[in-house]
Amino acid sequence: MSKINSVTCPVCGCLCDDIELTIADGIVAQVKNGCAMCEAKFFSHSNEHRLKTPLIRKDGKLVPTTYTVAVRKSAEILAKANYPILYGWSSTDSEAQRVGVELAEEVGGVLDNTAVVCHGPSILSVQEVGIPTCTLGQIRHRADLLIYWGCNPWSAHPRHLERYTAFTDGRFENSEWMSYLNKVKAAAGRKKIKSLERKGILKHRREREIPTVSDNKPTEILDKKGRKLIVVDVRKSMTAEIADYFLQVKPGKDYELIQGIRALVRDQELDVEEVAGVPVEYLQQLVDAMISCDFGVIFFGMGLTQSPSKFRNIDVAISLIRDLNMRTKFAIMPMRGHFNVTGANTVFTWQSGYPYAVDFSLGYPRYNPGETTVVDVLLRQESDAGLVIASDPVSNFPRKAVEHLVKNPLIVIDPHMNATSLVGDIIIPSSIVGVEKEGTAYRMDHVPLPLKKVVDPPKGVLSDEEILNRILKEVRKIKSNRLEAA
Amino acid sequence: MDLLIKNGFVYDPINGINGERMDIAIRNNKIVESVIEKNSKIIDATGLTVFPGGVDIHTHIAGSEVNTGRLVRPEDHEKDFVRKTSVTRSGVGYSIPSTFTTGYRYSLMGYTTVMNPSMAALEAKHTHEELNDIPMLDKATYPLLGDWWLVLETIQKGDLEECARYVAWMLEITKGYAIKIVNPGGLESWGFGRNVHSIDDQIPNFGITPRDIMCGLAKVNKMLNLPHTIHLHTNNLGVPGNYETTLDTMKCLESIPSNGKPVVHITHLQFSSFAGEDWGSFRSGAAEIAGYINNHDHVSCDMGQIIFTDTTTMTADGPFEYTLYQLSGHKWVNSDVETETSGGIIPFHYKRKNPVNAIQWSIGLELALLIKNPWKVFMTTDHPNAGPFTAYPKILAWLASKKARMATFKRLHKKAQKKSILPSIDRELSLYDIAIVTRAGQAKALNLKEKGHLGVGADADVAIFDLNPEKVDIANKFRTFRRAFTNTAYTIKGGKILAKDGEILQQAEGKTIWLDMQTKKEIEISEEIKKKFREYWTVEYENYPVSEHYIKNSSPIKIKADV
Repeated sequence: MSKINSVTCPVCGCLCDDIELTIADGIVAQVKNGCAMCEAKFFSHSNEHRLKTPLIRKDGKLVPTTYTVAVRKSAEILAKANYPILYGWSSTDSEAQRVGVELAEEVGGVLDNTAVVCHGPSILSVQEVGIPTCTLGQIRHRADLLIYWGCNPWSAHPRHLERYTAFTDGRFENSEWMSYLNKVKAAAGRKKIKSLERKGILKHRREREIPTVSDNKPTEILDKKGRKLIVVDVRKSMTAEIADYFLQVKPGKDYELIQGIRALVRDQELDVEEVAGVPVEYLQQLVDAMISCDFGVIFFGMGLTQSPSKFRNIDVAISLIRDLNMRTKFAIMPMRGHFNVTGANTVFTWQSGYPYAVDFSLGYPRYNPGETTVVDVLLRQESDAGLVIASDPVSNFPRKAVEHLVKNPLIVIDPHMNATSLVGDIIIPSSIVGVEKEGTAYRMDHVPLPLKKVVDPPKGVLSDEEILNRILKEVRKIKSNRLEAA
Repeated sequence: MDLLIKNGFVYDPINGINGERMDIAIRNNKIVESVIEKNSKIIDATGLTVFPGGVDIHTHIAGSEVNTGRLVRPEDHEKDFVRKTSVTRSGVGYSIPSTFTTGYRYSLMGYTTVMNPSMAALEAKHTHEELNDIPMLDKATYPLLGDWWLVLETIQKGDLEECARYVAWMLEITKGYAIKIVNPGGLESWGFGRNVHSIDDQIPNFGITPRDIMCGLAKVNKMLNLPHTIHLHTNNLGVPGNYETTLDTMKCLESIPSNGKPVVHITHLQFSSFAGEDWGSFRSGAAEIAGYINNHDHVSCDMGQIIFTDTTTMTADGPFEYTLYQLSGHKWVNSDVETETSGGIIPFHYKRKNPVNAIQWSIGLELALLIKNPWKVFMTTDHPNAGPFTAYPKILAWLASKKARMATFKRLHKKAQKKSILPSIDRELSLYDIAIVTRAGQAKALNLKEKGHLGVGADADVAIFDLNPEKVDIANKFRTFRRAFTNTAYTIKGGKILAKDGEILQQAEGKTIWLDMQTKKEIEISEEIKKKFREYWTVEYENYPVSEHYIKNSSPIKIKADV
């Protein structure tokens, strides 16, 4: 039995690097400090259903094969293809991503990562208006106003609040965990009373109203000293439950609401009663809190990027931050999902100049989201082969796009069987990055962190990087043979 | 195979060679006394100019800031793309080229060593990953240490020895080469949206001044025996009237014992030599600055020459980028890094017909020409801040030819023409001077003993230009000169011919040079510091250092420190 400290968790964009693992008999026996997702990931490597040899489709059935055959067949598919797509990349290390760019360039394919169905719109807006942001530690030390907009870290980034924002002690700001504790207790109490009332043990007490934060009315809490946590969302999420103030926005009205706030920040009069269903008077109170803070930050998620008006939402949110910086210090940050989607954008950018949707078919990098994005290529039925790595597009792409993806030869590289591997033609299992393979990942704020190898991969299973390197080598061999033959 | 470069006009200022016809012999990756001719590959350099490989002391080519610059500027790349060939990778330009393209373009101009001057220590792994992907060049990088909390705290305590130990530790674990200081105190203030405006302003929450930081770190630099001086981006950069701050800065470092050697390198000095009260009365402060530098030996500097083009500004000076944002309203990136630094990016188009930009152009050239000793002022554009590095040949032509600079001068904004003293300067740099400001001087300032010269034992980094100094008067035929320096006839690095006549022949990996600090006492990171680490940063102590895993070709230099 051995203990490993300071392990980086390869699950979400938080990249918590304080995980302590206990290894016994070559498997992870105990996970300390991690959230539920973290535990699940570290335990998953010893899952008995894990695929240990490559599979290849013969007569419609997937049958076991060797790495040599799988790599050669994959290389043949890619070398033969006219316009292949190489998609995924967000759950592997940047070492593999580097090889991925080289492979895409070699085969003249379209290289894209999961940002395309996630924070792609955020990137488009950043390219339009820039982004005033910072690293997460800066928020821990300085931020006294935290706004989560269209995201629910409590469920999706469970340790975000405790490690980086409201419930952490910084140099200039203190943790608000006491107030959080009180709120959780109050919520539990309310629940209990309700349950007792339902059972008829307690008489229904209508008269005593317990204040909740859901009615959009800013409480005096916005004037309190110390950190303030505000949540803006279409529904009252778990994060909203513990917030100091929850502002419920009508679905699809984010853009309107932010523009309203911008107007108030710029001291413009609004001659309407309410904006996006929120009374202007309430908004004014919110804006006062924003302007009077020392350091504010907005975190945003899919609620903003993938709701109607998409990248225009982010555009206007960033513009709000630009405006706010004339009055005080403000930052904004996307809540990136996959642990290394930021890394995929980063690596693609330094090698090709573009963060996603890079088309190498003309021999140089070309970028035109809407045209060179993988979903659009698939919807136009243009690709003639696919390589999917470290993601599962079949379960989240539009049906039409999936249909085209499946129609052509499809190579899948993933540690686990997923919906995409079930319909693939060559399935190559890989070791789990950050558990069975060391590497590098980029946190949501672009801070690179080393991933550790804590256990050995199943016997014979190769890493993403190694598999890609072998495919690349094989592709080059096929191409030079072809040249010689010609 | 050995290599013999025969009969070229050799310019090697470190060894005092000024255009003599000589042979240069190369064995493996070093310059040697001689080689046996019949066993060697011969490069006939008759009628060609032979320089040591170029050295760039300050160019932003890698790291999180540069890469964010790439990310926000697709429009910059679309107009300038590079196809994949059988030996080279594809890529894009223009002002912030992708990593491979950066390497190729530098190599085509005869450069073999470049310094990446700005690295947030927290993101050092990123910088090194990118440096690994920049081929053809030897590289080093400077961590930003001027606003690091542990530096501020130890200076506040007055304990420079402790400060020196932290700095030594930081240089080693980030695999850095020099102490970079950007707007000292200003970046910490920027954490809450403020700035400092003179070297004696108090830094909020720390109770010290920029003067304390600069003097403290200059002393630390001495204590650690670092090869380069402190590398300084001054306070008030980019603000009209800032030449006074720059003079104050240089004066405050006079007292540091220097033995006639520089104790500070002020980088992109052009941006720190502004006179006037506001943008309306904006004028050059170059004469005052140059006058000071001519009379003092403790300062070296580089130009940061403006190029009239669309480029991307990026610096750790967050408040300055915010000012640029207010001026231009252009897309603005700010990125503060916890406990260490900040950063910002703004695309910027320098225009001839903009009086301020035109005067800035003039300031850069005035500095380079008025500072008499070429070993003190080097040619840079602070790539990509004042212009992309690919514009270097243009600048060389302006420096070497009055005709060239007057040709541009005539097309400037009239107001700028009136204010500029450039027409009164007749100095024209010779090829010997050019070799100093583009390689020898920079290598010397960096104390890179095997770079920037062609003496026996030097690295076999050679640039050969298709220019016959006996036939071509570069001051007169500046276009021929410029063309010759745009693409070398040969670029040789580490004894390998990498480029010939504007074409890359092979891709080669460069080294990453870093300081392996040998302190008297082993730098011990106590449990207390580790605890502090957890409080200061959001990463664990073990995950912070850049391990050798992140450096493909590691080339450490052992440095014995006095602490």
